[in-house]
Amino acid sequence: MHDIVPIDYETLRLIWWLLLGVLLIGFAVMDGFDLGVGALLPFVAKTDEERRIVINVVGPVWEGNQVWLILGGGAIFAAFPMLYAVSFSGLYLAMMVILIALILRPVGFKYRSKIGDPGWRSKWDMVLCFSGIVPALILGVAVGNVLLGLPFEFDDTLRTFYRGNFFQLLTPFALLAGLVSLSMLVMHGAALLTWKTSGPIADRARTFGRWAALAVIVLFALAGVWVAYGIGGHVLTSVVDPNGPSNPLGKTASVVTGAWLANYTTYPWMMTAPILGFVGAALALVGFTARKPALTFITSGIAIFGIISTAGVSLFPFLLPSSISPNAGLTLWDASSSKLTLWVMLLATCFFLPIILAYTAWVYRVMRGKVTGDSMAKNPNAY
Amino acid sequence: MIDIDIVTLSRLQFAATAMYHFLFVPLTLGLSFLMAIMESVYVMTGREIWRRMTLFWGTCFGINFAMGVATGVVMEFQFGMNWSYYSHYVGDIFGAPLALEGLMAFFLEATFIGLFFFGWDRLSKIGHLIVTWLVAFGANFSALWILIANGWMQHPVGAVFNPDTMRMEVTDFMAVLFNPVAQAKFVHTVSAGYVTGAMFVMAVSAWYLLRGRHQEFAKRSMAVAASFGLAAALSVVVLGDESGYVATENQKMKIAAMESMWHTEPAPAAINIIAFPNMEKQENSFAISVPYLLGLIGTRSLTTELPGIVNLVDSAHDRIRDGIEAYVALRKVRANPADAEARAVFDAKWPNLGYGLLVKQFRTDIENATPEDITKAAATTIPNVPVLFWSFRVMVALGFYFIGFFAAAFYVASRHKLGEQRWTLWLALFSLPLPWLAIECGWLLAEYGRQPWAIEGVLPTFYAASGLTLWDLALSLAIFLILYSILAVIEVILMVKTIKKGPLDHNPFQPALADGDALPATATAASKL
Repeated sequence: MHDIVPIDYETLRLIWWLLLGVLLIGFAVMDGFDLGVGALLPFVAKTDEERRIVINVVGPVWEGNQVWLILGGGAIFAAFPMLYAVSFSGLYLAMMVILIALILRPVGFKYRSKIGDPGWRSKWDMVLCFSGIVPALILGVAVGNVLLGLPFEFDDTLRTFYRGNFFQLLTPFALLAGLVSLSMLVMHGAALLTWKTSGPIADRARTFGRWAALAVIVLFALAGVWVAYGIGGHVLTSVVDPNGPSNPLGKTASVVTGAWLANYTTYPWMMTAPILGFVGAALALVGFTARKPALTFITSGIAIFGIISTAGVSLFPFLLPSSISPNAGLTLWDASSSKLTLWVMLLATCFFLPIILAYTAWVYRVMRGKVTGDSMAKNPNAY
Repeated sequence: MIDIDIVTLSRLQFAATAMYHFLFVPLTLGLSFLMAIMESVYVMTGREIWRRMTLFWGTCFGINFAMGVATGVVMEFQFGMNWSYYSHYVGDIFGAPLALEGLMAFFLEATFIGLFFFGWDRLSKIGHLIVTWLVAFGANFSALWILIANGWMQHPVGAVFNPDTMRMEVTDFMAVLFNPVAQAKFVHTVSAGYVTGAMFVMAVSAWYLLRGRHQEFAKRSMAVAASFGLAAALSVVVLGDESGYVATENQKMKIAAMESMWHTEPAPAAINIIAFPNMEKQENSFAISVPYLLGLIGTRSLTTELPGIVNLVDSAHDRIRDGIEAYVALRKVRANPADAEARAVFDAKWPNLGYGLLVKQFRTDIENATPEDITKAAATTIPNVPVLFWSFRVMVALGFYFIGFFAAAFYVASRHKLGEQRWTLWLALFSLPLPWLAIECGWLLAEYGRQPWAIEGVLPTFYAASGLTLWDLALSLAIFLILYSILAVIEVILMVKTIKKGPLDHNPFQPALADGDALPATATAASKL
């Protein structure tokens, strides 16, 4: 029945694991600076005009950037439905907090400057700050919890049971991961602001950016040490057929402290990921200090790429380990869609993703240049 | 055992967030095309007023669009959050159209919407016009993929159940894509959006004319909206009939319920114009009916029978018994994947597995179901007849009203008599909420009418929910209700404020014009026309 698919199941699953990484990194790099800019809004911009400049830096592009998250959600659903089912229901209230932020953010951008009243505007500024900080923090906390394993199990019909609550997510390691994520996106937002603004806003952004880049380096290193000595990684203890049907109950796994670093011994090239994380953040720190905004922005993007890839390759082949029932942990070999769905979605992605990248690049080209009071005054649609 | 309170609250939350989201979507669908049409006229004629029309309706579009985006994000994640067994059970098929929506449609719309607002002085006239059309196409492609996903819930084609993975898996992607239900629903739904956009433009313009403000602006806007609205209203009713016809093929129970037809009648069946359905007694306490009409509309033949509700419940008994056999075979296959005999039974009976699962709301060990359990389960296949019956009638009545309204408006506009009769302006103003009413009735009919199924015949709704706690759901529902109520008030305030302020009466892009983009003298002259 699936003869029409010319690639074997194992390769398709591996490609989709990589594509999932591409989409999540795409989200973190593109929407990440929107979140960072939001988080920095009240701190880098003091007067109303300054705040409008900051908002209008991301004004023309935040809608498109947010689609990376929507597409990420859709792609997890389509390619790894079980990951989608287990993670979002398990992290229910954490997702609710993120959703509050994501509901308020578009409205904040669009509505804030529609009314001149300073009270109205300062309230929306706080909302935009909240909705920048909170998703950045919670998404990091979520990744931290994935490394720790989530407390879920299945019954024999593969129905999920989650045995934990929201407050149990806030462990010290997970909060550390949250801070890595927050400082990473603040660094990225600050990098954009030094590029797209001038004067006092850019100066303040540079100061925040330097501290954020430094925080990324220190916290990321700390998290690495913690992963090596403090938390248990999951190891497969039975053979998993990478071409077999998706059934997460068909294997066994166990927990070994430090095992999340095992891949770096087996596949030394994977060390590239953490190295890029550190080098990117260090170069961004240099870029902020040397006032090279384009370099800063690109290297902070590289840092994000490195840090997220580090989490991904450390977990490999796991996607979502289970803390209470290690055998039920989801891997890319046993939680994916059918071969046909992966193939059809791959064709669609190969066709559309380059087109998306091309028109997104064109939009950024059209909107190039710094945002100033003058450029806003010329556009009646400016926020 | 599945907790029914959790299921009820999950359904309530999904219904509330989906219906709220769909307050904003239709206006996005309709206004985006109206803006694209107006800007096309601007580019072709060079008359400045058409650009101001595009800008003004674009401002309204933006206020609405922000809410659409904000409430749409919720929809993307709610399947996993509240319907995790659903997500596992049908994610192999259902996830793909959602991902494709992002890839093909929403990215296009959302990337270019920024340029629509910020690109006026950075793009050529043609360049900006292309951007506006891309926004409109993106919005409408979005609806296509969402309705392919929804169409599959109503009519699950191209998939089989795989016992090794305990889920439905796609076998024929083209069948999912070209699902006749999805196609009919898509055109019906976007047309409803065009009616909404047209009515919005008509009502706001009527208000300006009543106030004696922006007369040229309002009359031109009305002329565009009247012709666009007439085409859309005709399409929405004709394609509505098409989706009704398709429903008779696929969802016999839904059509029997929305027509409150309890018993199979000799073909062609009579239609109940008005009825008071009684769910307890399974009959209509009162009905006014027209002979033959339903059979003709529903089957487009004189001889095909439409089954009644009671008869469909009777046939559900057999399907439930089959489904239980499939379930027993499935358990054997799960325990021993090499059990060829059980696999053969399952392969023969799986299409009724969903019916077997209906018994799960009464007992966990459905293999021991008594005849009483089966009768109770069969009775749950009846959706809420009075709600469907009346929401269908409200929707259809409004559909015909829209045809009359836009036909009259088109006639008046083509004779250049817009605004001469003040009562017609009041009528336009007070018709503003009607498209939303019709649309929400339509969704109620489509989705409430699908009950007790999440996926028609495949997965019962109660079986699809996540195992959340009452506390989780109470909290999330409260957050949505509070947040959405506050935002609704803010949105309406800003929309009213924008409308009161009205379109710009000067050219906001004067510097750009001075560069020779268009002659200022021509623009001034044109704006006086």
